[in-house]
Amino acid sequence: MNIHEYQSKMILKGFGLPVPRGDVAASPPAARTVAERLAAEGVPAFVVKAQIHAGGRGKAGGIRRADTLDAVETIARQLLGHRLVTPQTGPEGKLVRRVLVEEAVSIAAEYYVAVLIDRSLQKPIVIASPAGGMDIEEVAAQRPEAIFREVLWDLDRLHPYQARRLGLRMGLQGPLLAEFGRIVQGLVEAFWRCDAMLVEINPLVRLTDDRWLLLDAKVVLDDNALYRHPDLAALRDVGEEDPLEVEATQARLSYIRLDGDIGCMVNGAGLAMATMDMIQWAGGRPANFLDVGGGASPEQVAQAFRILMADPRVKAVLINIFGGILRCDRLATGIVTAAREVGVRVPMVIRLEGTNVEEGRRILAESGLNFTVAYDMEEAARKVVELAGRQRS
Amino acid sequence: MSILVDETTRVVVQGITGKEGRFHTEQCLRYGTKVVAGVTPGKGGQVLRDLPNTDGVPVFDTVEEAVRKEGANASLIFVPAPYAADAILEAADAGIRVIVCITEGIPPLDMLRVVEFVRQRGARLIGPNCPGVISPGKAKLGIMPGHIHRPGFVGVVSRSGTLTYEAVFQITQRGLGQSTCVGIGGDPVIGSSFVDILRLFRDDPETRMVVLIGEIGGTAEEEAAAYIRESGFPKPVVAFVAGRTAPPGRRMGHAGAIIMGGRGTAATKVQALQEAGVTVVDNPARIGEAVAAIARMHGWLAP
Repeated sequence: MNIHEYQSKMILKGFGLPVPRGDVAASPPAARTVAERLAAEGVPAFVVKAQIHAGGRGKAGGIRRADTLDAVETIARQLLGHRLVTPQTGPEGKLVRRVLVEEAVSIAAEYYVAVLIDRSLQKPIVIASPAGGMDIEEVAAQRPEAIFREVLWDLDRLHPYQARRLGLRMGLQGPLLAEFGRIVQGLVEAFWRCDAMLVEINPLVRLTDDRWLLLDAKVVLDDNALYRHPDLAALRDVGEEDPLEVEATQARLSYIRLDGDIGCMVNGAGLAMATMDMIQWAGGRPANFLDVGGGASPEQVAQAFRILMADPRVKAVLINIFGGILRCDRLATGIVTAAREVGVRVPMVIRLEGTNVEEGRRILAESGLNFTVAYDMEEAARKVVELAGRQRS
Repeated sequence: MSILVDETTRVVVQGITGKEGRFHTEQCLRYGTKVVAGVTPGKGGQVLRDLPNTDGVPVFDTVEEAVRKEGANASLIFVPAPYAADAILEAADAGIRVIVCITEGIPPLDMLRVVEFVRQRGARLIGPNCPGVISPGKAKLGIMPGHIHRPGFVGVVSRSGTLTYEAVFQITQRGLGQSTCVGIGGDPVIGSSFVDILRLFRDDPETRMVVLIGEIGGTAEEEAAAYIRESGFPKPVVAFVAGRTAPPGRRMGHAGAIIMGGRGTAATKVQALQEAGVTVVDNPARIGEAVAAIARMHGWLAP
């Protein structure tokens, strides 16, 4: 689960980690009030940061410095209620509903630090780089020697010598080395205690007065572990998620909107990706990824069908089901029921295989609804691409 | 021969009294698997009747009892996610050699500890979040539809569920069969990797060739390619990598399918596999065809 920057900082602050002074605001006057409070503490200048679930905000104008209270309010007005387009949001951008107003600081150096699982080692690792504040993937590609790793072979602890070694590689000495180590160990602790999938600080900054701050913070939480963290589960911001994706999550379906016009419904993530590949191979473009799961119920299938039909861009639909636990007859019943209820406004190609396939095909054939039946993936993809093409012309 | 499971495998089902556990126990028994015990803490002492090919399956409170009283040597786990990590630990502690965990949604941080412990005990864990293992005609420890399989010489190893069924079905349709099919699971932290299973297939005389089904995310396919190349893997390998058209950086159902930093894309995986001499199929409808072509070439299948 993704959460906002201000929420990530709130969590990390709870682990004794240093974050900039500031607060979140949902309106321009509220943003000004936050700045006034900071000014009363002696803060001379501010930064206003758009809170959306996407990176690349800085270059898109979503992070701006303000030297006066008026400027804070003006920038907040320019950001709030507007869509911010970054390389990660897609062309439609994301609506800014909150801004984080913080103290502006005077930076001496920027670092990158992240904690995550290394899948090939099957251990958590800490990644750090003295090239903070930049796109870390670019740094990794162009200057791999500037990226350092420490494996948490003890799983939940970065040992002091490892923290020191990382700090030395950052070029730090003396008290700075100790403080850097304390921060990285705090991040590891937060990673474990929150059941995070990722804790990423980019940048971690050293100020000109040698204080340290987590200037930006990204925490990704593990959805599967939220059951034991009700406080963290409450941080979910449904407003940041695609409404159809939210509906799908509630029905325990995995749905992701893409930009093509062929809707697909498949059971199992691997087969769903293979089906999308097949559509592309046949010259079409998938409108979505929709995995009803290996063991979907007829109700989930019906809900998946409604979600597909609710997307106005969909010109044709491909249903590809390999029945195992989900039997083809039950699937067919679910589709027929949903099709009668919702109506079928676009051509539909169905490919069924596996358990009780004959019975499933019979139910579809006798439904009187206009389905095109296909017998393998390639035929199914060719047919749906052709039908979508006819709909467009 | 086959790998991991065969007709001598004696299975304990953990979570046997739950809805899924009960249903699949019945399916496994019907396939001919020797399910000798079930475990549900607090329900020990019952005997489950009305199951096919058995006089009854005794339920125990602990895996240790199932091992001691019924000689269980493999475990199949359907325990709900919050308790599943503990169930794996219990099985490994009781001396179970092959642990197959079907459960989806176990937190990866829990799995990190589990995987270490299982390794220390010398047990082999398959999964979690996987369809299981089947040696056609011998034993089925999993949720795959048994009837699409057929005994034969193709070893199948995959990160997916239904895409594996698709590949198996195509192989069977071409008149070939499988030695063992292993779904290793799509989670970030799993008990067995492609490489672990490839090693077993290498040493299995019945397996003449291997089908490897990968997907985007992680670097398991790249590691499999490196192993095949460096070990001079002695058997032909056919591979398919799902997700060539998936948008980068988006989560595609499996927690595992996250593209990270230039590695783990379909392109890097395909390239690595091809450089290792693997036949990579780019059309998922033609996996069976590619397998049959290689089998014909070696004279294992009549032209």
